[in-house]
Amino acid sequence: MAGKVITITSGKGGVGKTTATANIGAALASSGKKTVCIDADIGLRNLDVVLGLENRIVYDLVDVVEGRCRLRQAMIRDKRMPELFLIPAAQTRDKNAISPSDMVKVCDELREEYDFIIIDSPAGIERGFRNAIAPADQIIIVTNPEVSAVRDADRIIGLVEAEEKGPALLVINRLNLGMVQRGDMIAAEDVLELLAIDLIGIVPEDEAVIVSTNRGVPIALEEKSKSGQAFRNIASRLNGDAVPFMDLGADSSFLNRISKFMRSGGD
Amino acid sequence: MKNVVGGRLGSKHKSASMAKERLQLVLIHDRANLPQGVMEALRDELIEVISRHVDVDSSAVRIDIAQDGREQRLVADIPLRAPKRPSR
Repeated sequence: MAGKVITITSGKGGVGKTTATANIGAALASSGKKTVCIDADIGLRNLDVVLGLENRIVYDLVDVVEGRCRLRQAMIRDKRMPELFLIPAAQTRDKNAISPSDMVKVCDELREEYDFIIIDSPAGIERGFRNAIAPADQIIIVTNPEVSAVRDADRIIGLVEAEEKGPALLVINRLNLGMVQRGDMIAAEDVLELLAIDLIGIVPEDEAVIVSTNRGVPIALEEKSKSGQAFRNIASRLNGDAVPFMDLGADSSFLNRISKFMRSGGD
Repeated sequence: MKNVVGGRLGSKHKSASMAKERLQLVLIHDRANLPQGVMEALRDELIEVISRHVDVDSSAVRIDIAQDGREQRLVADIPLRAPKRPSR
């Protein structure tokens, strides 16, 4: 089996990388794909709490790289979704404990047995980011419809292209439709026009994400949640399914642009 | 009643439009990564070189960065001066 390595990154912190990683991972796993989520944010571990698996950590990614345990020993299986695994970050070390080639080695081993390896990148453009993108087959950039997040996303897109890891795909997270309609939030089509890359999903702003994170249950597992549905749609598109985009107030030319991606998207 | 300062004067003054316009300018500069003054230097040197061969209207020369998707290109608009009637 040749699993696909997908790195979730953003440049700016706080846009929802970890939430996106947890939910795309959970959605892929609950659709039956064998999925491993890796927390590459060494020293600022968080994917474990978002997934609700923080009490089960014994070994972490740095233990694997430094040979203190086998890869399987650092993989925590989620009891709610038997196809979902987490490799947590070390909390007491920093980014320099791991190199890009360590990440490539770990992912090459995982590729043989798993369908998807989803890497949660740290914010920034330094070593931690380099580590996270090194093994990627596909990079997903998460942004919010705000000036600072869009600007940083543009910078990351440039870096991804320079590393010949492009073209990246875009997730627009926390879109507030009411604010867009009032003219007080940049519309999804404008973000897309500014960044000029293909879209893989739009996630509406949703208080329920905070509630589900409080509980340690990914929102993607909640059938009726709109943001959960948005994450499930992203997972389906990564699987190569042509899922129509939700109506989030976009105009028809915008939807045409997306359907262009739908025709070429997926493999 | 909305006053002129605080009121909304059409979509151009909505904050989302301002954000988009500001980002368009910021991204051009971020992507091109040109140090201050490079555009002016380019303009002056282009005028100098081209003037050696043809007469240009140097006050009307424009050098811009145009965007095409994520690609950028330098676009120079260099108007020529009307040729003078050769004097004999």
